[in-house]
Amino acid sequence: MGVLFQLAAYGCGLLTIAVLVMMFQLGRPLFVDGQFFSLLSQVWQPGQQLYGIYPMIIGSIRISFLALALSFPVSLGTAFLAAGLAPRPMQRWVLAMVRLMAGIPTVVYGFVAIFLLVPLVREHVSRGSGLNILTASLVLAVLIAPTMVVFFVNGLRGVDQSYCRATDALGATAVQRLLYLQLPQGWPTIVSGVIMGLGRAMGDTLVSLMVAGNSIGVPTSIVDSARTLTAHIALVIAADFASMEFASIFACGLVLYLFTMAVVIGLRMLVHLRTGSDR
Amino acid sequence: MKKYKLLSLLVVLVLQLSVNSAWSGALDPFAGQKGTLKIAGGTAHIPVIKEAAKLIMTANPDIRITIAGGGSGVGIKQVGESIIDIGNSGRKPTEQEIGTYNLHPVKWGIDGVGVVVNPDNPVTALSTQQLQGIFAGTITSWKELGGKDRSINIYDRDAASGTRSVFWKKGLKKSEVSKKANVVVSNGAMKTAIANDPYGIGFVSVGHIDASVAPVSLDGVAPTLDNVKSGKYPVARGLYSCTKGEPSGLAALLFDFLHSPEGRKIVEEKGFISVE
Repeated sequence: MGVLFQLAAYGCGLLTIAVLVMMFQLGRPLFVDGQFFSLLSQVWQPGQQLYGIYPMIIGSIRISFLALALSFPVSLGTAFLAAGLAPRPMQRWVLAMVRLMAGIPTVVYGFVAIFLLVPLVREHVSRGSGLNILTASLVLAVLIAPTMVVFFVNGLRGVDQSYCRATDALGATAVQRLLYLQLPQGWPTIVSGVIMGLGRAMGDTLVSLMVAGNSIGVPTSIVDSARTLTAHIALVIAADFASMEFASIFACGLVLYLFTMAVVIGLRMLVHLRTGSDR
Repeated sequence: MKKYKLLSLLVVLVLQLSVNSAWSGALDPFAGQKGTLKIAGGTAHIPVIKEAAKLIMTANPDIRITIAGGGSGVGIKQVGESIIDIGNSGRKPTEQEIGTYNLHPVKWGIDGVGVVVNPDNPVTALSTQQLQGIFAGTITSWKELGGKDRSINIYDRDAASGTRSVFWKKGLKKSEVSKKANVVVSNGAMKTAIANDPYGIGFVSVGHIDASVAPVSLDGVAPTLDNVKSGKYPVARGLYSCTKGEPSGLAALLFDFLHSPEGRKIVEEKGFISVE
């Protein structure tokens, strides 16, 4: 029985690597003549034989990090409430709501945003079309919050009960316990939550496709319309298989993959540096 | 009471029979047929194909027809790769596409592509030059065109769109489109976007124009069915459905149906011009 589980685990791990290998394989024409790196800095102008994905890389990074920046404080606050500050019945309620939110399909968020959020942003913030980085980030912030809250709560609650009793015995308030015991102890899980949240924000296609505007210019402000790598893949996938447009999709996929991997490794190392020394 | 129930049931049955018989002529060939027909591609085609599919599947529940969008490019590619049975295209497939995939395009309708704005927008007529200026991003405010002092929000379609390729070729005369343009993925999404954005401008298939968006006359000619039919409105294209190889089986029957008087009536009802 144990062997089966082991096989399953190895299979999953290998699959992730296989995807990377396959993308390299399919995108090989791009590497052979060194086009890959020029794609990373060029703009997208198929009419002029320019198939660069630079604007989309910038779009993806801006939208996902802004979403994370908006969502992180709210999620952490919610997690504080749900993991100790609120009275028991309210904790249960908050968590139940968060889990419910996690189950709502992204298309619903996108759809609601088009009719409620976009006109609001258009009239009061941007004067443009209302389809821009800010709008997409706001929707994505709501989308990734439940994932982060669940991780944060698990991290904060995962602290050894004996420590909690010890802090209580020392006369610590609930807030002090959270800040000086639970938060430092739950740090690794909280970082995992951030990674998951960022991954979801980066990988989400539908919300950015629906509300980010998808323009091909390099965004210069947060009220500029932008296209993410994922939305770009969705928009270009219909191009002719043999065309350069289609080949450039693999560059998008690779950039997404490598970027996410870099973020994950970076954050993991950060945790290791922090906790590794005192354990 | 029971009698009435029986009677009403009978009435319903008779009504249903008569409805069916109204279509029976054109739908007869589908009798006894079985199987599934997967259709995808051009989004302008969807209203007509959907209606035809509904009638066919009601008349013969053994036939399953699925309809998806994606854009003309998707339709051509997927039918070429044998992923679907019929690929809809809002432009004539290129010689290269026909050659590599052995495609057989069948034209069953003519459609115009109209410029649309929000119904609240006072601007309802533009010249080709103004249109080019707007889409190139050189005319940036509605004020310059007699509207409000608000920036113009341009809505474009993705590269796979047949509607876009026709609009770009015949409406914009191949002039540049601003990088700032928002991009939406279907005729339906374009309509939603324009209906929701009081300062937006975009283009949809004439068959999709309804009260939620306002058509804009181009050089004095309104994008109406009559003007497209008479050839006065120049931004028009054929609606094609493609099969890989000669159409056969259910696909051939569907094409026959679309060219039958009943099928052509559906095409006209949905705002397109039918062809023989």
